[in-house]
Amino acid sequence: MLAIYKREMRAYFTTPIGYVFAAIFLAFSAAVFTYTTLYALSSDTTDYFTIMLFSFIILLPLLTMKTLSEERKMKTEQLLLTSPVSLTGMVCAKFLAAFTVFFGCMLLTSLNFIILYTHSEPNTAIILGNLAALILVGMAFLSIGLFVSSLTESQLAASVITVAILLVLLVIGFAGNLIGAPWLRFLLSGLSVFSRFQNFTNGVFDIAALVYYVSLTAVFLFLTVRVYDRRRFA
Amino acid sequence: MIQVEHLTKSYGSHYALSDVSFAIKEGEVVGFLGPNGAGKSTTMNILTGCLSSNSGTVRVNGADILKDPAEAKRQIGYLPEQPPLYTDMTVEEYLGFVYDLKRCTLPKKEHITEICETVRIADVRRRLIRNLSKGYRQRVGIAQALVGNPPVLIFDEPTVGLDPKQIIEVRNLLRTLGKTHTVILSTHILPEVQAICDRLLIISEGHIVADKPTEELTRVIRDSRRYRLKVAGPQKEVLGLLRGIPGILRAEAQAERDGESSFTIESAAGTDVRGPLFFALAERGWPVYGLEAVHTDLEDVFLQLVEHGGELPAEPAAKPRRK
Repeated sequence: MLAIYKREMRAYFTTPIGYVFAAIFLAFSAAVFTYTTLYALSSDTTDYFTIMLFSFIILLPLLTMKTLSEERKMKTEQLLLTSPVSLTGMVCAKFLAAFTVFFGCMLLTSLNFIILYTHSEPNTAIILGNLAALILVGMAFLSIGLFVSSLTESQLAASVITVAILLVLLVIGFAGNLIGAPWLRFLLSGLSVFSRFQNFTNGVFDIAALVYYVSLTAVFLFLTVRVYDRRRFA
Repeated sequence: MIQVEHLTKSYGSHYALSDVSFAIKEGEVVGFLGPNGAGKSTTMNILTGCLSSNSGTVRVNGADILKDPAEAKRQIGYLPEQPPLYTDMTVEEYLGFVYDLKRCTLPKKEHITEICETVRIADVRRRLIRNLSKGYRQRVGIAQALVGNPPVLIFDEPTVGLDPKQIIEVRNLLRTLGKTHTVILSTHILPEVQAICDRLLIISEGHIVADKPTEELTRVIRDSRRYRLKVAGPQKEVLGLLRGIPGILRAEAQAERDGESSFTIESAAGTDVRGPLFFALAERGWPVYGLEAVHTDLEDVFLQLVEHGGELPAEPAAKPRRK
């Protein structure tokens, strides 16, 4: 499992994808940060975090789109499947590698806040809570991306489908608001990633949301393992 | 070493394998032979744990591939049809990765160096796999299978797409490996099997149709009793004469050109008809311009096996019809 993790990390940084991801991620977050706080002369980070959340729809599929689809296309998955590594180990290693890159970028973007602290007194609890929430959301998104990537040989299809799924997950909460039936509204906002996230932007550390994101991740990692299992039995 | 029992695999209603059983002893080099789509790759994928079967068991050195996959997989080095290479790595990095992946315990550097020397890729160790030629890639694929010194090696069509020189090199390599390993080799190239394997498993449409030592097949080929004959004489009369000679089972006229007729004849087992044939023709004053033995090649035998469900005919290539 460690071997796969290491290879995966290496692959991110010997191919352009890791650098491209990091560059876009950092540049975008810095720009958003500048506009929402520095230019707006505000220490309120709500907009920053919300915009970052939406940018994940486009950004995170970049990390996962080729993780499994490429293996399938190049037939290298046969090496992994015939080695003494469990499917779960393989999927988790891939997930952890993507998560590491994402987490590293998140750490780097956190440097943005130093500027904020030199000029004002922002609410540290809110910032930490939001960062934690973003990381949790990212985790869930990566597992969805990984799952989609296991379904197709095409990187492009994997990324487009992932974007679509993430978009739906984010906006079903808004759709809920337009619908009259209270039970449906409740259901949709319950499923929506965004409505969960809002609690964090308001400074509430929501345990239910934590459970939601972690279980979303677990479910999709489990499904990815199942995809491989099922393909073996197909 | 390898026990396969009642393996069945279906894709929907199509049976890729039905009730396949065989056993392979330690140290054997077995050729797995069959036309395209016969189920070779499916069998290999099941043996190596890539695919699972609908029913049946596979045991490698006592370890069941489904119940104890890690142990069974540790025993096997597998080269799939397309070598599973990460083209963005150098040969050395790649083998190092495979080494870690298989959780080997041998001293890493020495082990990899040794493998590189065995398959002769030491000179490209630091090059990116992407930049290697097909022959080298294939050898890196073989190197990958050797990592961890597994006692069983499984190769799926290892010489496909190589040029003749590379084919010979890969075959020599396989022969060397066969001395120290149990090898299963799938191919549809018959001379390859003849050159390397001790035993043949022939598979057709998901069934094992023959399981024989290679010698038995080569013997059939060697003992061909078919001849091609050229005689300067009138075709019909010569044919009549030929059919009258005792020991000739079958004679057929082929062509007549410039008073020269050619025939194919087939003799009965255990008789050499060449002498009587010569004298009979000489007596009538029809000179023999040519007499050569026609070799039944492995291709013929193979086709017959596939068509006749595995029984080697007592008389090779004896066709039922008579002209």
